[in-house]
Amino acid sequence: MSTLEKHSYDVIVIGAGGAGLRAAIEAREQGLSVAILCKSLFGKAHTVMAEGGIAASMGNVNSKDCWQVHFADSLRGGKFLNNPRMVELHAKEAADRVWELETYGALFDRTKDGKISQRNFGGHEYPRLAHVGDRTGLELIRTFQQKIVSLQQDDFAEFGDHEARLKVFAEMTVTELVKDGDAIAGAFGYYRETGAFVLFEAPAVILATGGIGKSFKVTSNSWEYTGDGHALALRAGANLINMEFVQFHPTGMIWPPSVKGILVTESVRGDGGILTNSEGKRFMFDYVPDVFIDQYAKTEAEGDRWYEDQENNKRPPELLPRDEVARAINSEVKAGRGSPHGGVFLDVSTRLSPEVIKRKLPSMYTQFLELADVDITATPFEVGPTCHYVMGGVEVDADTEETCVPGLFACGEVSGGMHGANRLGGNSLSDLLVFGMRAGTGAAEYVRGLGDKRPAASEADLEAAGKAALAPFHADAQARTGTTAAPENPYTVHTDLQQVMSDLVGIIRRESELTEALDKLQVLRVRADDAAVEGHRQFNPGWHLALDLRNMLDVSECLAKSALERHESRGGHTREDYPTMDPNWRGVNLVCRLIPGTDTMELIHRPVPTIRPDLLALFDRHELEKYLTAPELAVLDSPQSPSSVEGEQA
Amino acid sequence: MSHQAEFKVWRGDSDGGDLKDYTVEVNDGEVLLDVIHRLQATQAPDLGVRWNCKAGKCGSCSAEVNGKPSLMCMTRMNTFDPNETVSVTPLRAFPVIRDLVTDVSFNYEKARQIPAFSPPEGVGPGEYRMQQVDVERSQEFRKCIECFLCQDVCHVVRDHDDNKQAFAGPRFLIRAAELDMHPLDSRTDRAVFARDEQGIGLCNITKCCTEVCPEHIKITDNAIIPMKERVVDKKYDPLVWLGSKIGIRHD
Amino acid sequence: METKNGVDTPGRAPIAQPHLRTDNWRKAPLWTFIGLTAFVVYATIRVFTQSAYFVEGANFHYLSPFASPCLSDSCGAAAEFGTWGTFPQLIPLAILTLPFILLFRLTCYYYRKAYYRAFWMSPAACAVPEPRAKYSGETRFPLIMQNAHRYFFFIVVGVSAINTFDAVKSFHGTEGFGLGLGNIIIVVNVILLWSYTLGCHSCRHITAGRINHFSKHPVRYWLYQKASKLNGKHMQLAWITLGTLVLTDAYIALISLHPNFDLRFIG
Repeated sequence: MSTLEKHSYDVIVIGAGGAGLRAAIEAREQGLSVAILCKSLFGKAHTVMAEGGIAASMGNVNSKDCWQVHFADSLRGGKFLNNPRMVELHAKEAADRVWELETYGALFDRTKDGKISQRNFGGHEYPRLAHVGDRTGLELIRTFQQKIVSLQQDDFAEFGDHEARLKVFAEMTVTELVKDGDAIAGAFGYYRETGAFVLFEAPAVILATGGIGKSFKVTSNSWEYTGDGHALALRAGANLINMEFVQFHPTGMIWPPSVKGILVTESVRGDGGILTNSEGKRFMFDYVPDVFIDQYAKTEAEGDRWYEDQENNKRPPELLPRDEVARAINSEVKAGRGSPHGGVFLDVSTRLSPEVIKRKLPSMYTQFLELADVDITATPFEVGPTCHYVMGGVEVDADTEETCVPGLFACGEVSGGMHGANRLGGNSLSDLLVFGMRAGTGAAEYVRGLGDKRPAASEADLEAAGKAALAPFHADAQARTGTTAAPENPYTVHTDLQQVMSDLVGIIRRESELTEALDKLQVLRVRADDAAVEGHRQFNPGWHLALDLRNMLDVSECLAKSALERHESRGGHTREDYPTMDPNWRGVNLVCRLIPGTDTMELIHRPVPTIRPDLLALFDRHELEKYLTAPELAVLDSPQSPSSVEGEQA
Repeated sequence: MSHQAEFKVWRGDSDGGDLKDYTVEVNDGEVLLDVIHRLQATQAPDLGVRWNCKAGKCGSCSAEVNGKPSLMCMTRMNTFDPNETVSVTPLRAFPVIRDLVTDVSFNYEKARQIPAFSPPEGVGPGEYRMQQVDVERSQEFRKCIECFLCQDVCHVVRDHDDNKQAFAGPRFLIRAAELDMHPLDSRTDRAVFARDEQGIGLCNITKCCTEVCPEHIKITDNAIIPMKERVVDKKYDPLVWLGSKIGIRHD
Repeated sequence: METKNGVDTPGRAPIAQPHLRTDNWRKAPLWTFIGLTAFVVYATIRVFTQSAYFVEGANFHYLSPFASPCLSDSCGAAAEFGTWGTFPQLIPLAILTLPFILLFRLTCYYYRKAYYRAFWMSPAACAVPEPRAKYSGETRFPLIMQNAHRYFFFIVVGVSAINTFDAVKSFHGTEGFGLGLGNIIIVVNVILLWSYTLGCHSCRHITAGRINHFSKHPVRYWLYQKASKLNGKHMQLAWITLGTLVLTDAYIALISLHPNFDLRFIG
């Protein structure tokens, strides 16, 4: 590959969503040269779809809010499976990261005294989400995009070249990470526009590729969410943790079919929307689990009063964490009390006036009016669960976001640990900011630590990567495996994969189905290898999908394996055959990795990092009893050794 | 309910191409992008098309539908007669890459030319105080999803490629307005920049940008005309000039 | 187009048709063309013929807006602000104000859109190529003069005050107060003229559009909101006022020829 286009940078960031851009800004501000690679055009990342807001305990609306409360809410939301150090850093640093955005030019909605306004959201005790109407994610991306332009203008002033130290390579797919021994040496990919290969040589690679939703049939995620970062990390030798935890957002659009899965922001409920079944009943009052019984209203009257007076009333159960609401909707539909198209009704028109709805939820209003012909200011509308977020991801060090592969970092949705078994709404955008910045710093420190020693990619690896990427064009010529007579259509394989994942590894899981899913995934893998594409390399979506399929299959297998292994129900993982939360599993992270030197995946159990006593002290003993095992509680009670509440292996 | 509908989709690249006829199934409640995806999955797997969110929020699937710049994900199929042949072409103000995909780098270059937000001196992070009424005007312009339909439809560059150097286009005139109206931006030369560097004088306010904006931003009335008025303040208004000389008018 | 500059520029998608619009895009510019032309023709005839512009009775005093203020010795009782000698035919009686009203409307941001589209076809409709190869917008003389809109606005505020004076006066004839259909038409016209004038983009800019801190100028912001509300209807008002101007003038012409036709309510 002598003619291969090559670029050298200090840091490569894969993904141009909130996390990737924040990481890139940080690394560049620390003086490093950075390239951002993204599959779409710059500024189109899936972050733009985030609606509700950024969770940060600034205390602008309720001054009682502080990082400790945010920490406790996040840990409670994650069912105590979170990496506690990450949760702590997140709760402590989110406010600074939000304030910083204002200095880049972001314009949040304001309180009366001119501060950043904060709204209520599921699982957050106080109004905590900094927001811009219901398009907060767009504001975040645009702000970063403009900050990057501003850094490029600085470079132009200094070097006469906008792209001297920070360049965006848009519409670029990375197919493989390349290594030098154990350490990262760069990334290999191709321009979607031309199909030409390109090598980025860099000692540090930051993965910020987002999630995996495109493996499911009904999802709020865009086409980019094919688990690329998860799969790249896995193949490069890093670990994936908590992959069984997938968040199904309770409220996606379900009608008409073309919009199925598109998100209906949680703010609709935060601002007063109620959920009813076909009998007109507010069913959520029947689904408040024991662990939350003290925090939620028991009557409709109290729930209604909360919107006016939050000091003296408890919040309505529509604002329970997402996993609870999604399961409740699922149960109502199964019990035959669903709406005509298989969901439930969400109604914001009874409590809010049309003017207020249009002001507070402008894009929801237009989304329904223009896509579904429904006026949400006048009538209830149908909603149902949609695959929204994967809590699991690449295992990283909490402080630096480095993986076990030297030089490989991960932040944002592609990383794991922060959100435990379930993520709270609003914690995703703050996660991007906090850990995006930390990954940028981590990578900068790593690169500085290397000095002049730069890892280099081997020619053989590049040859192999190029060959693998072109395989779909030669699927016809390759020896057929015998399972299929004709070449496969990648679109059909993709549709079948989504069907398997939705039917067998969906919201409610059982052993027999998970086993069946794993068998079917093996068949799909063979079919994916047979997927052939026609046409040329220039902007060929069939080819792009054939390559993405491999990543989706890797991730789906991890997901199904982990889901089969975890014998309990917790957060985003619900087993019909193990319907309760088991404190013995509380301390276990399931780690998925490739057995070195093979293509075979293995699962190992690893203890969840210890929660420091001062952080545990933020909870009532009474509450901890719901999560911790007897030995863990005994350690907590013993005055001699207050410092070790270890997760146990199950 | 479904029916077969006729489409003319432009296939080709900058060397040549033509409107190809396709017959594709259309179901109730679908948008044009669904049909394009079905076409891709069943008849034309290599059909080049950009898309992301499918909810009118990312501005990727811009194309021209029956000659009108539109987002394919927001074009509902029930707005057409079932017997009508619908034409779909790439944006015609930018160079084509392949099929429905165009090279929109013009827009990124223009974005880079506008001086960035300039933070106020002596106000640290967390100390910004702004009233809602003061940020609302700029917030309207920050709704922009950068679909570049306004840039595509604007005759200043669509019909006159030679104006691309001098004219930034509606999207970046609203960016100028957004920054000029920002309560805490410390630059005062944005209107002059809009005239001298962004070519606001080339705009003849014929409002096609406003007509095609999927976010319903009042580009002309709320951004371009107010900026033209601000340009008058700085450049064409002797009263304001005199006032500033003797110190009775200030911003 | 002969020159490869517009949609035929090399590199852009080579598509044979200049545009692919299938809707009736000619309709809007055609109606604009007909409407504006009809008004100009009517106004020209009425202004230059100096006839049937005023009628006074026992309880009414109707003066056409096309002839106010009436400044010729020939105006008689219609002259309310003194006279400047006898105007020959073809000199408009309201020579002092008409040019400014014309310039105010000619530089109005809405009318600019309307006539650029309908008369210049620049562009006739969105995504329909314009017929000219060169385009310099409003950057050069004479179109750079469009920037003077706010001055014409200031002057036309004064003209609207004169129209208001005329409207008040219209209720008082040689013998006293009265109320007829003519008064109602005149008053409605004046209200709509004010709505058009105060909803102009320059007015919106002057009230508070030019400042960045509405919260520090509550009175100006209140005015701005009112101006903005009217501005939202600027196009409609631009057309409606053309209609009411014609209606007012035509009605007064009719009454001046047949004074008994005026529908009287009082006096």
